[in-house]
Amino acid sequence: MNVAPLGLAGAALAAEVPAQRAQVSSGQLLTACRLAWEQDGRLVALWGSDERDRRRGYCVRVVVEDGDGLTMLEHTLPDAEARYPDLSPIFPAASRMQRATYDLVGIAAEADDQRPWLWLASWPIDQFPLRRDFAASPKWEPGQEEYAFVKVEGEGVHEIPVGPVHAGIIEPGHFRFQVVGEKVLRLEERLGYTHKGIEKRFEALPLLDAGRLAGRCSGDSTVAYAWAYAQAVERIANVTIPARAAWLRALCLERERLANHLGDLGALGNDGGFAFGLAQFSRLREDVLRTNFAAFGHRMLMDVVVPGGAARDLALGQIHSMHDEAERIAREVLELRAIYDEHAGLQDRFRTAGRVSQELATKLGMLGLAGRASGIARDVRCDFPFAPYDALNVRMAVETAGDVAARVAVRFDEVEESTRLIGAITGALLDPPAAGDFRMELADVPADRLALGYVEGWRGPVLIALESGPDQTIRRCHPQDPSWANWPVVEHAVIGNIVPDFPLINKSFNLSYSGHDL
Amino acid sequence: MYQTLRQIARVGVITETPPKPADEDIVAARLQEDILRTLGRALTIRHVDAGSCNACELEAHALMNPYYNVEGLGIKFVASPRHADVLLVTGPVTKHMAIALRRTYDATPEPKLVIAAGECACGRGIFGESYATFGAVDKLLPVDVAIPGCPPSPTALLQGILAALRAAAPPPLRTEPTLGEEPAP
Repeated sequence: MNVAPLGLAGAALAAEVPAQRAQVSSGQLLTACRLAWEQDGRLVALWGSDERDRRRGYCVRVVVEDGDGLTMLEHTLPDAEARYPDLSPIFPAASRMQRATYDLVGIAAEADDQRPWLWLASWPIDQFPLRRDFAASPKWEPGQEEYAFVKVEGEGVHEIPVGPVHAGIIEPGHFRFQVVGEKVLRLEERLGYTHKGIEKRFEALPLLDAGRLAGRCSGDSTVAYAWAYAQAVERIANVTIPARAAWLRALCLERERLANHLGDLGALGNDGGFAFGLAQFSRLREDVLRTNFAAFGHRMLMDVVVPGGAARDLALGQIHSMHDEAERIAREVLELRAIYDEHAGLQDRFRTAGRVSQELATKLGMLGLAGRASGIARDVRCDFPFAPYDALNVRMAVETAGDVAARVAVRFDEVEESTRLIGAITGALLDPPAAGDFRMELADVPADRLALGYVEGWRGPVLIALESGPDQTIRRCHPQDPSWANWPVVEHAVIGNIVPDFPLINKSFNLSYSGHDL
Repeated sequence: MYQTLRQIARVGVITETPPKPADEDIVAARLQEDILRTLGRALTIRHVDAGSCNACELEAHALMNPYYNVEGLGIKFVASPRHADVLLVTGPVTKHMAIALRRTYDATPEPKLVIAAGECACGRGIFGESYATFGAVDKLLPVDVAIPGCPPSPTALLQGILAALRAAAPPPLRTEPTLGEEPAP
């Protein structure tokens, strides 16, 4: 984004993707966001920091992405009473981020909706965990929150509360449906149940070890988070990792995408009443996980991506077996796709269910896989390819129908592309240019630097904003999951659908609770 | 339809022999028999995510894939605690989930078992104990079996479930009168 017309001077911001930062007044924050919106920009993250120890009050940071890269707008508040402008009229997804920022840091936007978002009565409402002087008391008892759900009234309208404990092996969250008969008039989500204080926890861990924590923000996206975290550390340390490390990371990221997509395709078949799909795809997913374990020692590849490179290299035989496995899975999935496509009952459930038009997707600022199924053609691997994606020419999967069928189709296309990429990456790992070290030592990481990590996980772009403290500590670390942008869209996607289609629609998004609640 | 049947026939049955409980040498083929003898029916499990990162959930899901096929062993994940023999709890128990977890436990009929699955649930997780987490399941509920691992593999989960079952075996929960024997007055 060109910030010059706003009278701003963008400074360089350390990241693997093109990035800049700018200090803004509250007026400039609004105009910059409006400008970003007009230039097809989307909101990626919003968070707050306690800067009182630097005599600068509090800071709100907003990251937007457009065709030029990332822009981080920084706005300083002199004290906790000061408000910053409400960005939700421009970026609707900002609303929950603003509410969460209040819950954790105690600074508020000038917004109408001031309900808590991540606070569920487990600590006093006037205590803010991410303040530097926050001290938890063992006397605090979890309480029952009275949340002001929006109610629909009228003849025949009733309410269905669901969760936080769901009727399956799923993460916890609460859904409040207002329905007439079977038809959903309105859905309201209430999340935050898996809030485990990850951002505060970062500040207690050594900077070079905290990749393990980053890799557990959302267990299904451990590679994406660990890579984003490692990027941020490496940008602060200003080092370039060995080429082989980048290839190994991409191999892990594509295998993570493959495993998750296979799992989802099976679960979506099952939710559509086709148990055959679950059996077949969960078998293929298990194959991928077992190969992961044989090659990297972890089925989900946790702790394989570390700051400085990868935790281990691959033996020659494992590279070959991954190559062959990718070819076999591609072949099998092609056959299964034909079966899905020709299954009338399944297609009847998939088509038109949970439809999000491109217009709505643009307005709500959707990210990642679900965005691509509604025609939002964005993928960090294609838009801002860092090594080794600059050598891979990733083909982006885009659909426009925006329904469950489109989200299924994007997954099928991405499975195909990921298997192709795994083939290309394993080929490269056998080649001399990618030979050599797979890890470098990071000795001194300078204090008081801020850098971003930005990686296209299977669900969408994962952002890590990392600020170093003295002696290899973390001053502040803010992860932002793409689910923040897409959870509000699920509320729109189900309107007018029938209640029994909700599990199918929800699964077709498959958003993260843990990565969102932190 | 032909394609579907062909695929089913081509893959065949791939279910593997289940593992032995970690420290006991029992004949694997007797597992189903054990479940039946102990409970007289399928073993039902209610999973509660008490703030996990979702990795444990994915591995619990994997138990249902054709390789492990726990439903074939008579182990079933159920939708309500009222139908459950066992609560499988994952995550470091966030403060926000404490009330829901307690209510789920209270809604589970006696006799019941609690399995803490994963490093976080066992009290060794990376999230630690904080303003937001209790840091272990046994801070809130009595735990019968703890399954370590981050996340525990499906095999480890299955071993833990079987260990819990065997621990609960004596005395049998349900006894059928044998034919020809007079019921006690």
